[in-house]
Amino acid sequence: MSPRRTDTGGRIDRLKTIRFTFDGVAYTGHAGDTLASALLAKGVTLFGRSFKYHRPRGLLTAGVEEPNALVTVLKGEVREPNIPATMVEIHDGLVAISQNRFPSLAWDINAVNQLGGKLLSAGFYYKTFMGPVIGPLKGTRFWMVCEHFIRRAAGLGSAGSAKDPARYERMNAFCDVLVVGSGPAGLMATKAAADQGARVMLADLEPRFGGSANWSDETIDGAPASDWARRTVAQLEGRDNVRLLPRTTVWGYYDNNTLAALERVTDHKEQPGKGEPRHRYWAIRANSVVLATGAFERPLVFPGNDRPGVMLAHAAERYANEFGVLPGERIALFTNNDSAYRTAVALKKAGAAIVAIADVRTELSAEMRKLAEEVEAEILAGHAVVATEGGKALSGLKLQRFDMANGTLTGDARSIHADCLLISGGWSPTIHLASQAGAKAEWNAARQAFLPPKPTQKWIGAGAFTGSFSTAEAIAEGRAAGLAAAGGTGTPTALPIVEAVPGDPDPAPVFEIRAKGKSFVDFQHDVTAEDVRLAHREGFVSVEHLKRYTTLGMATDQGKSSNIPGLAIMAEALGKPIPEVGTTRFRPPFAPVSIGSLAAERFGDLKPERLTPMHDWHVANGATMYSAGLWYRPMIYGHAGETVEQAYVREAKATRESAGIVDVSTLGKIAMQGPDAAAFLDRVYTNMFSTLAVGKARYGLMLREDGLAFDDGTTWRLGEQDFLMTTTTANAGKVMQHLEYFLDVIWPELKVHVTSVTDEWAGAAIGGPKARQILASCVTGTAVDNATLPFMGIVRGEIADVPVMICRLSFSGEMAFEVYSGAGHGTHVWEALIEAGKPHGLVTYGLEALGTMRIEKGHVTGAEIDGRTTARDLHLDWMLSKKKPFIGSAMMDREGLIASDRLELVGVIALDNRPLNGGAHIVEEIDEANPHGSIGHITACCYSPALGKHIALALVKGGKARRGTRAHVSDPLRNRFGPVEIVSNHFFDPEGTRMHG
Amino acid sequence: MMAEYSAFSLLANALKGNKDWKPAWRKPDPKASYDVIIIGGGGHGLATAYYLAKEHGITNVAVLEKGWLGSGNVGRNTTAVRSNYLLPANTRFYEHSMKLWENLSHELNYNVMFSQRGCLNLAHTPAQFDDYARRGNAMRHLGVDAELMTPAQIKRLIPALDISDSARFPVIGGLMQRRAGTARHDAVAWGYARGADRRGVDIIENCEVTGFLRDGDRVTGVSTSRGDIRAKKVAVAVAGSTGRVMQLAGIETMPIESHVLQAFVTESLKPFIDTVVTFGMGHFYMSQSDKGGLVYGGDLDGYNSYAQRGNLPIVDEVMSEMLALFPGLARVRMLRSWGGVCDMSMDGSPIITTGPLPGMYLNCGWCYGGFKATPASGWCFAWTIAKDQPHDFNAPFTLDRFHRGLVIDDKGQGATPRLH
Amino acid sequence: MLITCPYCGPRDVIEFTYQGDGNRERPDPASQNFEAWNAYVYDRLNPAGDHNEIWQHSGGCRAHLRVVRNTLTHEISSVAFVRGDHTSIARRKAEGKS
Repeated sequence: MSPRRTDTGGRIDRLKTIRFTFDGVAYTGHAGDTLASALLAKGVTLFGRSFKYHRPRGLLTAGVEEPNALVTVLKGEVREPNIPATMVEIHDGLVAISQNRFPSLAWDINAVNQLGGKLLSAGFYYKTFMGPVIGPLKGTRFWMVCEHFIRRAAGLGSAGSAKDPARYERMNAFCDVLVVGSGPAGLMATKAAADQGARVMLADLEPRFGGSANWSDETIDGAPASDWARRTVAQLEGRDNVRLLPRTTVWGYYDNNTLAALERVTDHKEQPGKGEPRHRYWAIRANSVVLATGAFERPLVFPGNDRPGVMLAHAAERYANEFGVLPGERIALFTNNDSAYRTAVALKKAGAAIVAIADVRTELSAEMRKLAEEVEAEILAGHAVVATEGGKALSGLKLQRFDMANGTLTGDARSIHADCLLISGGWSPTIHLASQAGAKAEWNAARQAFLPPKPTQKWIGAGAFTGSFSTAEAIAEGRAAGLAAAGGTGTPTALPIVEAVPGDPDPAPVFEIRAKGKSFVDFQHDVTAEDVRLAHREGFVSVEHLKRYTTLGMATDQGKSSNIPGLAIMAEALGKPIPEVGTTRFRPPFAPVSIGSLAAERFGDLKPERLTPMHDWHVANGATMYSAGLWYRPMIYGHAGETVEQAYVREAKATRESAGIVDVSTLGKIAMQGPDAAAFLDRVYTNMFSTLAVGKARYGLMLREDGLAFDDGTTWRLGEQDFLMTTTTANAGKVMQHLEYFLDVIWPELKVHVTSVTDEWAGAAIGGPKARQILASCVTGTAVDNATLPFMGIVRGEIADVPVMICRLSFSGEMAFEVYSGAGHGTHVWEALIEAGKPHGLVTYGLEALGTMRIEKGHVTGAEIDGRTTARDLHLDWMLSKKKPFIGSAMMDREGLIASDRLELVGVIALDNRPLNGGAHIVEEIDEANPHGSIGHITACCYSPALGKHIALALVKGGKARRGTRAHVSDPLRNRFGPVEIVSNHFFDPEGTRMHG
Repeated sequence: MMAEYSAFSLLANALKGNKDWKPAWRKPDPKASYDVIIIGGGGHGLATAYYLAKEHGITNVAVLEKGWLGSGNVGRNTTAVRSNYLLPANTRFYEHSMKLWENLSHELNYNVMFSQRGCLNLAHTPAQFDDYARRGNAMRHLGVDAELMTPAQIKRLIPALDISDSARFPVIGGLMQRRAGTARHDAVAWGYARGADRRGVDIIENCEVTGFLRDGDRVTGVSTSRGDIRAKKVAVAVAGSTGRVMQLAGIETMPIESHVLQAFVTESLKPFIDTVVTFGMGHFYMSQSDKGGLVYGGDLDGYNSYAQRGNLPIVDEVMSEMLALFPGLARVRMLRSWGGVCDMSMDGSPIITTGPLPGMYLNCGWCYGGFKATPASGWCFAWTIAKDQPHDFNAPFTLDRFHRGLVIDDKGQGATPRLH
Repeated sequence: MLITCPYCGPRDVIEFTYQGDGNRERPDPASQNFEAWNAYVYDRLNPAGDHNEIWQHSGGCRAHLRVVRNTLTHEISSVAFVRGDHTSIARRKAEGKS
């Protein structure tokens, strides 16, 4: 009962001992071992519990398709759940634990689920847990109570919440030929393409290239196949035009021959090397792809086929030849095809006793009979396994005579003592990537398998992927594919010569042995053959319905071993051939991909941060920053002990009393030049710009094509053909694209060039009664008096020896100026302005005070120009020129846009003198218990130091007509209700006397 | 008549080895004519058939599905159900849907596993928080539940969420709809199919419509891969394929673009999050299925497509946003991705209407919102077909609203479908 | 998906912004034909097959491109500048005359 390690052979290094733990127990293995092979060598047979019935499970496979042996790998607090033990390379200090069991893997309380077997059949959830129609558990309540327990029982491993400290990186690669899979076909393809001088990449998900050559026990050119593989790899290593990627799973085949791959760079190391990422995500653009991805062996479906100790035949071959581990001492085989005989030979050679080979076929070739004799196995032709025995490890099996023609079992059951049963139900080519690329697989009746179709993208198949299961064919097809992919022609040199155990590639069309007991199709999800038949009885017969109803093929292995047996059982129930049941389209990824690798460099760094030129100054001078889109902007410059409200009230008040300065560098800025620039602006803005004098600025409004308001800002005429447009911070990118679209697509005849210069200019707005004095004290080269710099005028001068452009315009409603300098001089000019302002009580202010002053003035921003409002809604209809068409002019008068019940901009004053909230609604009558009858909502609010009141801007139905009336604020989310007065949005200085000075 | 599903019938059948279960719906051949033909055996088409039979007594109905039932978006979405919209027309409609959802398992005698685990929209800037408050209050004024949450409350609800100030976009609050949740998507299609079938509706799979039978302008039936079928009324509910089907009727242009939306699921995990959660500084939403997989998605691929195949940049974007919220998930693995084709309308809202041709009825333009709309969409479409006029709930969702300037634009993006 | 920009060469789709149906014709700016305006703003050809559409190379030269792309396979059969002028720039560039 002790599977054991052989003395020689395989990829492991017996001189290197590795220490690791599994479920808290210390084990040793050897360098080159996987967690699966190392534990198997120590006699471990129980690796996991199944999803639904919590049945004990062992290793079914030796590779990526493993459905049973899933573990969680722990790195301190960081957890990596659901990793197949077959894919974990052991290293010193590895800590792995089993999953989905309580209290322990050996004694799992949820195994009680097995008693409910027939109750928990496919689709049982849909038929129950609905609960009573009336009473306290009506509606969704009863289900949610049940669900609470179901959710806790379901699920495999646990994810952690500790941040993964590992680094992930992304590589973009380009090559002439990408070869996927490094078996004999892939190696030949790589070599052939490389010899043609092509830039070749070779990727394989295993750590060691060679594929089946690593375990086939065949010879190539007289040497063991694995030696041939080593030699061939050695010829490829170090070549400039070849990049070798071991531990790299090509998981996605996207449009235009873009393939995605995951390289596990350091998972197999105790400590990553300097600068090494954990995973590397490759986006590979390949001119041509060679798919040499091999084939997956299929299990046979029969009662007890899930008992630990039942394993796929080739997996046992891999454990024996690649890892030097025998999965058992007394081994039986059960097959429908010739490939299992090769396994018997290999295991015999490795030291196991082959007690019997059961074959569903009655007629066996002389060659197979000879092989059976060689391994001294009893041959049971026309027999099938009908039961397995044992608890958490196999102790024996039962066989009966089997008639392939009608699936009947006859005669008495016979018992055989064995500690390992190897099964083979034929092979399915690994066509996932081809299917992802868009092609539909084709059924091949001889091979009893779906074969790759004609390519829809630029790939060529080779080897077992194409259904050519012999190594000799793989070598020939591999070389041909490599040559063709590289655009070369055939060479006359001889192909390597393969010596292999003979065998017919075509299996008998037997997938299931129908006998009493649970026969598993999808091991992880516990889908049995009876579940498939139940789906059939209930009409879920198309392949997609089968999948969705039974969850067949939806587990972490995505049905790599279960899809075809499931289809076959359904086909039999329907009395139709397999291809008529259909085949599912494979979707990315081929095998699960770490989310960290997909985020790569953006893990922990989602989006760029945009900082204004004066950012560091703000932070150093007490600003509280907050994010506005990608930008960071000062909210307030708080003093010690101040609340946010106290700070912004102080800042706004000081600005209106003396002067304030604010960073406006984030405004979008677009330079617009050319002989038709003025004409273009006339089309883009609702108002006229061609009449604007040089050296003057004008406020402009843009509409979308559909006639709704889009953006606003000032545009400055710097020269006859030279304008500087400003946009809102949020819409800078959108406006730029809008302008480019019209210039490039709609009006290519206009001679205008637009350039985004947002980041080229630093902007400071300085406003207040003392603003002009402050400027006058620090600006040289120009006067700033009313005559030289009237409202909306522009001058150029210098501040602290730096050239600046100054425009007199106002958002705050004060006498105000925007001072622009080159971005590199932003802080220098800002500091000079601050210094000049000191004697005048200049304050810095943030977005809160900016917002406060704009609310007092009733100016609109993105909260009001929200993509649903019109110019009329915002009382900007005075800006709609009647002298010219402009973007949106044809559409702005449609019935829905001029209706009388539209939301219109108003001012709101709290009559109870309490703060208002953004997003509160306005109602005519308060009903706190049952809020209803919203007539609009608050877009922005503040305490107005100028008015001494809590005020807000709001969009209210028919708002203009409601001015002077009372309404109520209704904010059930924050339980704030109270009376308000609706007024004009221009609260403060509506005539603009302050800014006109 | 099929047996009722219940714990009792489950037990009784289990004792008999589950041999007596009958098909969930029949597989009839098409008749020569029907009162109503519904093109599209997805969630909406099946729900329409169900409510035509149940609410209006119209049972001489055929649902024609070109492939397998439920093969479109009803089985390709991220299963969220919510009614947390901004604009009243949408809120009212989706709230009607929510009320139907709340009793749907009982009504259909089929457990659609609607679980009201809540939907939380995370806010990351003060302006966004105000927007959410506006929306939440709009919901409350229409009798829909909504509440604001503080970061501390959010952290208690979702411990794995990064709410630290050092996050690139710190969480400053959220808008929660507790009655929102998730449902088992396929079960919705199957439950409606079974319910409609039990009331006499013919559900005909593998029956592709290849043309419309016309008498002048009037639509009088359809040509299909299984022959011509006549009908007094022909209803189209083929979201994702609306462009294609309407072209068969000679209608070349529509206020719709077909776009691919990808969705993703991780390997199965023990309970990780309870609610549906959305990220405010990008486009990301996630929930956890009963099986344990994290189900999530993001933005459209962004161009017209009928390919049900996604692109790589969106995969990267969605995963990056996921880790910005849940940095502990870097070692969790994406198991499967898939693409669904969405009807993106010009204002982000659907169309349920009579016309545009006489004898024809149209249900389309579901953008991202189709799954949660399924019950109300079927209910309203059935009403519209039966009475030849819309119900108040779908009266705003006309086809001519675009031309008349009566758009229902929840996101305020205008006629750029990929932004809705 | 790769789009071959006539100016920049083959680039990943991530560099481009989709601008939709390229068959729409904007009416004369002064036109009062509302049907034409409505069709331009709201109605789209949405074929399953070759689609004439406009993309901007927003992460590159920022030119707008007229692309014929199959919506069933994503295969691109032609790419050209929407604005004729660029063609000559590309040609000059190709001929090495900058």
